[in-house]
Amino acid sequence: MTTETKTPVKKKSRSVGEVLKNMTRHQLFIPVAALVLLVLFNLIADPSFFAVSLKENSLGNPVLSGNIISVLDNASELVLLAIGMTLVTASSGGQDISVGAAMAIAGSVIIRLVCGGRVSVDTMQTSLILAVLAGIGVSMLFGAFNGVLVAYLKIQPMVATLILFTAGRSIAAWINNNQLPIVNDQVFKYAGTFIPGIPIPTPVFITILVILAFWLALKFTNLGLYTQSVGINANASRLNGLDPKMIKLLTYVILGACVAVAGFIRVSRSGSINYSRIAENIEMDAILAVALGGNALGGGKFNIYGSILGAYVIQFLTTTLFKYNVPSTALPAYKAVVIILLVVLSAPVVREKMSHIKKSSKRAKEVA
Amino acid sequence: MKKILALVLALTMVLSLGAIAFADGDLIKVGVINNDPNESGYRTANDAAMRATFTEENGYDATFYNNNDAAQQIATAQQMIQDEVDYLLLSPGSTTGWDTVLQDAQAAGTQVILFDRMLEADESMYVAAVVSDMPAEGETAVNWLADQGLDEYNIIHIQGHMGSDAQLGRTGALDAKVEAEDSWNYVTQQSADWNEETARTIVQSVIDSGEAFNVIYAENNGMARGAVAALDANGITHGKDGDVIVMGFDSDVWAMESVLKGEWNYMGLCNPMQAEKVDKIIKDLENGTEPAEKVIYSDEPGFDCETITQEDVDTFGTGVEEDAEEEAPADDAAEEEAPEEEAAE
Repeated sequence: MTTETKTPVKKKSRSVGEVLKNMTRHQLFIPVAALVLLVLFNLIADPSFFAVSLKENSLGNPVLSGNIISVLDNASELVLLAIGMTLVTASSGGQDISVGAAMAIAGSVIIRLVCGGRVSVDTMQTSLILAVLAGIGVSMLFGAFNGVLVAYLKIQPMVATLILFTAGRSIAAWINNNQLPIVNDQVFKYAGTFIPGIPIPTPVFITILVILAFWLALKFTNLGLYTQSVGINANASRLNGLDPKMIKLLTYVILGACVAVAGFIRVSRSGSINYSRIAENIEMDAILAVALGGNALGGGKFNIYGSILGAYVIQFLTTTLFKYNVPSTALPAYKAVVIILLVVLSAPVVREKMSHIKKSSKRAKEVA
Repeated sequence: MKKILALVLALTMVLSLGAIAFADGDLIKVGVINNDPNESGYRTANDAAMRATFTEENGYDATFYNNNDAAQQIATAQQMIQDEVDYLLLSPGSTTGWDTVLQDAQAAGTQVILFDRMLEADESMYVAAVVSDMPAEGETAVNWLADQGLDEYNIIHIQGHMGSDAQLGRTGALDAKVEAEDSWNYVTQQSADWNEETARTIVQSVIDSGEAFNVIYAENNGMARGAVAALDANGITHGKDGDVIVMGFDSDVWAMESVLKGEWNYMGLCNPMQAEKVDKIIKDLENGTEPAEKVIYSDEPGFDCETITQEDVDTFGTGVEEDAEEEAPADDAAEEEAPEEEAAE
C-alpha cells in the first residue's frame, strides 16, 4: 500500500496529459476530487459555509462552531467504521452489514454499566474506563462471531452478518431490560461533546488517535500485507505460511473494536440510547466510504486513508445538503446517485470502453 | 399389528390435539401489531402495557408483532387473520395501505380494533379505535405557541417518521398556521425520522448557517432532546426566559421533568396507555355489548413550563423507575414471543 502511494512521486516530470492520467489513475483520485468539488461548490454558492466562530456553550466552556467543525465532528463514527470496514473488505471480499446494530450493542453495554441498571443516573455507577473497555470487549466478541462465520464456516460476509444485523438491536434492548436509560453525568458526555477548556469536539481527537494507531499498525506490523495477500489469494497465502482464516477473523475482531469506540462516541453525545434509531443505516454509509476511497469491494488491495477521506466526503455531502435545506428523507437519493456513478465508473466494461475511447482519440490526433 | 399400532398412535395424536384445542377454548385469541418498542420511550411504555394486559391470566392467547415498517405489519396481519385470531389489534406504522387487510379481516370474521394510531379507512371496517387524536395534539400545541405572542415565529420544525399518523397530525396543524400567518416562518422543515442524533445534526446545521430562529417544534421528545443538545453546545439559551422556545411530544418522565425545570417550554402529551381500554372493549364485545363510541380519544393536554406541576409529572410521565419491577414480567413475555415473531416474518 505504501509503495502504491509513492508511485506518482517516483515518475519524473512528463507531459501535462501524462500527469493528469497518473492523477486520475491514483487510488485517492475519486475521494479527493469529490472533496474538491464539494469545497468549490460551497465556496461559490456561499463562502460563509466555511466560517468558524468561537462561542461559549451552556456550561460556559469555549467551543468552536461552524460547518467545518460539524463535518469533522459528525463524521467521527463513520470514519472509525470505515477503517474497520476497509480491513474486513480487503481480507474477506465482503462487507459487514451489522456494524450499526453492533454499535447499538456496544453502546447499550456501556450505558448499562454506567447506569448500573437504573433508568436515570446523575453520577456514573461504574468507572467510565471500565465500562468502555467492557463495551469494546463485548463488541470484539460479536466481531469474532461474525469472523468465525465468515472465515471458518465460509459463509458469504453479507449473509453471515445479516444475523447480527437482524438480531443486534433486540440484543441491545435486552441488555438494558428494554429500558431507555439516561446518564446526566457531564463527565460521561465529554467523549461525545467537549472537554471543558478545549474548544474542539472530543470525537475529533478520538478519531485522530485511532487513525494514528492504524497508521502505526500498518507501518510497523504485517497487518496490511497479510490482509491484502489473504484478500488477493487465500490459497497462495496459505501455501506461503499464512493462516488466512485467522487473519480474516482478526479483521472482524478489529472492526468490532472500531465499532465499540464509535458506539461509545454516539451514546456519549446525548447520554442516552435509542436501540432502533442509534446509528441507523450507518452500515450503508460505511460501505460507501470504502467504495468512495477507491477500494475494490471484492477484496485485496486496500487503502484505509481512501476510506477515511470517503467518510469525510459523505459527511461533507450530508452537511452541505442540510445547509441547502434538502429534505433529510431525500438524502439517500443523493447518496444513491454517488453510488451509481462509482459503480458504473469502476465496472470493467466501462473502463475498457473508456480506455478504447482514449486510445482512438490519441490515434486520431496522431493521424492529424 | 402394525396397522393397529399406527391407528392407536394416530388416534392419540388427534385426541391430544383436541385436548390442546379444548384447553385453549376459553382463551380469546388476539394478534397485536405494534411499532418497534425501542423507537422511543413512548413506544416502550405502550408496548409494555399491551404485553402486560393481554396475558393468559387475563384470558388471552396473544401473539405480538413489532415493526415500524407498514409493509411488514401488513404481511403479518394477513398471517394472523389466516391463523384465525378473534381480534386483530393494530397500531399501524403508516395510515394508508390497509384496505386488503381490513377486507380480509371482515371476510374471515376477525374483529379489528385500532389502538394508538389511526389509519385511513371507513369506520365500518373496524369495531373500535382507541387512539390519540394527533391533529388535536398538533392543534393544542400550535394554539399554545400562538398564545406566546412572539413578534415573529422563526421555526425549526423537526418531523417524525413521514406518513405516520403522529407526524401527519402534528405537522398538519403547524403547516396550516405557517401558511395562514405572515409572521410565522419555517427556518427549516426536516424529518429526523424520530432520530435524536439526526435532530441534533439538523439544528446544528441551522446554527452553523447563521440563520435566526426562536422556536423548535420537534414532533417527539427524543428529537427535542437532540435539538436541545445542539443549542447547549452553542450556548443558545432555551426554555423559560430563554431565547428559543423548545416543544416536544409524548409522555416520557424525563421530558416532563425538563419542562418542570424550565429547560423546555412545552410538551404535548400523547397518552400511551390504551391497553386497559382495549381490554375492556374486547370483554364487553365478548359479553355482547358493542362499544358506545366507535372512536375513543385519549385526553391529551399540553404542559407548559409556567403551569406544570410535580403532580402532572407523576400522573402522566412514563418510564419511571418504579415501573422497572412491574415491567420485568413483560420482558420475559417478549423473549418467549421472539421465535413466533421470526416465524411470522
